[in-house]
Amino acid sequence: MSLSPDEVRKIAHLARLAVTDEQVAAWSGELSSILELVDQMNAADTTDVTPMAHPQHATQRLRPDVVTETDQRERFQRIAPAVERGLYLVPRVVE
Amino acid sequence: MHDRTIAELAQALARGEVSSVELTRAALDRIEARDSRYNAFITVTPDQAMSQAEAADAARAAGQAGPLAGVPFVHKDIFCTDGVRTSCGSRMLDTFVSPYDATVVRNMRAAGLVMLGKTNMDEFAMGSSNETSYYGPVKNPWDTARVPGGSSGGSAAAVAARLAPGATGTDTGGSIRQPAALCGITGLKPTYGRVSRYGMVAFASSLDQGGPMARTAEDCALLLGAMAGFDPNDSTSIDRPVDDYAAALEGTTIRGLRVGLPKEYFGEGMAPGVRAAVEAAAEVLRDQGAEVVEVSLPHSGLSVPVYYVVAPAEASSNLSRFDGVRYGHRCEQPQDIIDLYERSRAEGFGTEVKRRIMVGTYALSAGYYDAYYLKAQQIRQLISDDFRKAFEEVDVILGPTSPTTAFPIGERADDPVSMYLSDVYTIAANLAGLPALSMPAGFADGLPVGVQLVGDYFDEGRLLGVAHRYQQATDHHRQAPPGAVD
Repeated sequence: MSLSPDEVRKIAHLARLAVTDEQVAAWSGELSSILELVDQMNAADTTDVTPMAHPQHATQRLRPDVVTETDQRERFQRIAPAVERGLYLVPRVVE
Repeated sequence: MHDRTIAELAQALARGEVSSVELTRAALDRIEARDSRYNAFITVTPDQAMSQAEAADAARAAGQAGPLAGVPFVHKDIFCTDGVRTSCGSRMLDTFVSPYDATVVRNMRAAGLVMLGKTNMDEFAMGSSNETSYYGPVKNPWDTARVPGGSSGGSAAAVAARLAPGATGTDTGGSIRQPAALCGITGLKPTYGRVSRYGMVAFASSLDQGGPMARTAEDCALLLGAMAGFDPNDSTSIDRPVDDYAAALEGTTIRGLRVGLPKEYFGEGMAPGVRAAVEAAAEVLRDQGAEVVEVSLPHSGLSVPVYYVVAPAEASSNLSRFDGVRYGHRCEQPQDIIDLYERSRAEGFGTEVKRRIMVGTYALSAGYYDAYYLKAQQIRQLISDDFRKAFEEVDVILGPTSPTTAFPIGERADDPVSMYLSDVYTIAANLAGLPALSMPAGFADGLPVGVQLVGDYFDEGRLLGVAHRYQQATDHHRQAPPGAVD
């Protein structure tokens, strides 16, 4: 499986990574060689094999539906790049 | 004191031969004087360390100290520490000061262990050489022109160089065991679910597991006892009591132990010096009464391809949290919200992290899920079944940790696939969720060689016990890098 420059651009956008033309060229080669490695999986017959969800087949625990978190908004927002009046600031999304 | 093990330091503290303040001061001075050679630390925390040491001494004076109280150690910079920067080796988190402690951090503090600082690592734990760190590569104390392995390379180098007697690491595909092998120390990746992942920056959630790194198996047993335990804050934590690992060391006998050598591991790709060390280690165990037999892990050759689907897929999902909005790096003057995301992430992440996010995004994208992620999880089950069958015949599996000794810095940096093959023997234990340990087993051309023991689920006590008996019969783990003990 090899990836064209257009595919690389599309994946980069899905991954929300800005890319330069230089990177697109480098990545299409590198990602293709990684996918070539990964394609070795096709050698295994996995008919009727149940995909692993947890090594010990543990299931998600449930807990009582009670509030366990306290309000720490100020503490958490102190490490944000831009906040104002308790809100996270981003460029305008809705005109 | 810097050449003493954790067990010896704990004893010296208990007897009052030394105080934690003295030990901690000496360790901090040593780091200050020597770390420029290795670049093992991202952050040193002298003030916090001294106040923790004073508290440990006070607790001891009051008769309230646990056995490890006052022993200094270091955390890999992937564990969130309240009030101390947690960079994860990334520009993305260069200024990130965690607002909370990881459970492992809390557990070790409760045991009275004194954190000296936080160690260098491959960015977001993605790497096998420590060259992907935003803070520059770590140098192997045995030869500073070579890599220490990764991703827990700073922890391994700090322990090997006698800058700290023990460290935490994390292991997603070999990140504790491979650097332990390349730096000549002992490291254990526990059973998936044994050590809490809460507050451990996530890479691949179904594979990540924290564990101890130290010079001896005995020290790893002591550290694991302090780290491990059920944690309601980690939904995959296993609710099961923690074994008494120190007691397991004494309770282990090699006589009658069934040791399996996987025949698939002895094909191409293993350096002759590594093969010799594995064979010699098997001989040491045989001399002590172990029965060494061949076992088969038929799907082990697929471990690397499976891993390079599962790990990047989970990483691409986990790392989507870094959006330049809530914490972490944010680009200057974003034009719109997409530009904010794309440039913040492009600037904040390094090359290898981006490469893996790309692979993972592709594998999870529409139309490819069945061919990649689902197929990988199916083969993962086959790999796990191989181990289950092997453990019907043997108690532990012995093999190489890494196919080669430490390689020169730069040698594999531009060839991701050759770098990925560094973990060919370690990845399977992560895929199956099994505990695995690497211990020093000799030298090849002056560089340490590690061998790996893989055990059945929750058999950490036996792995540590076997390694302890091996270390009582050998002295590879007592060798120090040039200039590290003066």
